[in-house]
Amino acid sequence: MSHETAHQSHVKRIWMVFAILTVVTIVEVAFGIIKPRFLVENFFIGMKILNWIFIILTLYKAHYIAWAFMHLEDETPGYRWSIVTPLLILVPFLLFILLLEGDYVHDVYRYGFMKMDF
Amino acid sequence: MEATAQATTLEGSVWGGGNKPMGASYGKIMMWYFILSDALTFSGFLAAYGFSRYKSIESWPIADEVFTHFPFLHGVAAPMYYVALMTFILIFSSVTMVLAVDAGHQMKKNKVAIYMFLTIIGGLIFVGSQAWEWKNFIKGEHGAIETKGGQILQFVNAKTGKQISLTDFAAASHTERAQHTKNNGLWFVSEGTLPTFTVADVQKSYANRSDILIRTQEIIPNLTKLKESPREKDRLEAERLQTQLVNPDAFGHKAIYKREFSDQRIQSGVAVVEGANLIHNEYGNRLFADFFFFITGFHGFHVFSGVVINIIIFFNVILGTYERRGHYEMVEKVGLYWHFVDLVWVFVFTFFYLV
Repeated sequence: MSHETAHQSHVKRIWMVFAILTVVTIVEVAFGIIKPRFLVENFFIGMKILNWIFIILTLYKAHYIAWAFMHLEDETPGYRWSIVTPLLILVPFLLFILLLEGDYVHDVYRYGFMKMDF
Repeated sequence: MEATAQATTLEGSVWGGGNKPMGASYGKIMMWYFILSDALTFSGFLAAYGFSRYKSIESWPIADEVFTHFPFLHGVAAPMYYVALMTFILIFSSVTMVLAVDAGHQMKKNKVAIYMFLTIIGGLIFVGSQAWEWKNFIKGEHGAIETKGGQILQFVNAKTGKQISLTDFAAASHTERAQHTKNNGLWFVSEGTLPTFTVADVQKSYANRSDILIRTQEIIPNLTKLKESPREKDRLEAERLQTQLVNPDAFGHKAIYKREFSDQRIQSGVAVVEGANLIHNEYGNRLFADFFFFITGFHGFHVFSGVVINIIIFFNVILGTYERRGHYEMVEKVGLYWHFVDLVWVFVFTFFYLV
């Protein structure tokens, strides 16, 4: 909707973002196949470091898709954050509750019962 | 008629309703809020998946061992390569979509049409690939025995440690039991396909072959940590694993039992499982199959509806609807939906195949 010149540079940025997304995906798959022992055996806040790497890389990709492909970076800040903020608040909240509860249920099964497999 | 006339006179007047809040049209804002709510739905699904996974963290199937197929490479174990390719195809179709939107801003009708077409092709390839993944998952690869406690027992070659199929060693005995169908029995009762072998067949063939061991769905924990655990139950578990397993030190792999303990395990078998459905799953924990079908199915449905919407818009572009309207905002709105589908897949890919 803005003028021509702004759009000429867009195509270049699209291919740039595509290259980033591709490289990040390849890195993820490489990590997934190699599974470095060090990253699998060490934990950070109850999760393998490798999984933290995957999640951070995923969020990095998601950010590029939303900002560049879905043009969030061109929207007014109020509009942009009215979309992103609810997700940033609600999703971590839900994950926190459910994962903590899942871990608790696991412990009940494991330590609270005499036997689980009959 | 009156309403339209009024709207035109009000255009540009800030206090008269002519101003677009947040600089975006009504349709675009609503598309974004729909995407927001849909994103929360998917978050709920993935969080539920996370809950179940944390609950059964020690028996969750390892994705690399489940999704090993690649088209035209039959029998070759290619973990994740195909999903990676699918992800790449979907990301690329997202790129062609954003190029279509960009061409739309410049009012280049033919370019928009070509890019939209490429996007549709990419979407179709992706949905087809997903269907193929489902087919492989449902059909299964090796077959397994399910125990009374709902555990899955797979069979491995004692020397190589590689999984072997039921068809490789089991011999089916003659049986009078035929599959019950509606036209030869009760019309209101149906029965699923009977497995190729009975449990007794498998147990007998297993007894005849001394080079077969049982692998369970348990994932081997870090043994040194388990031994130092303050809980007595953990220390007992470490002791049990050390006496019963062939591979107690293979941290993060599935437990393989020594022959004498394999003999004990197979006695508790109650059913032969070939492939996966919502009730049984030869790859391990049943919840894995449930979530796989549900989440990738829901995502696949989104891709499918995205393709349908893209086709409609594609024809509108060709017919010149947006050329006459003076802007290609409709392409932009469908584009948002299409990118969202890609965005969801990025997360599904991470949590189902990588983590």
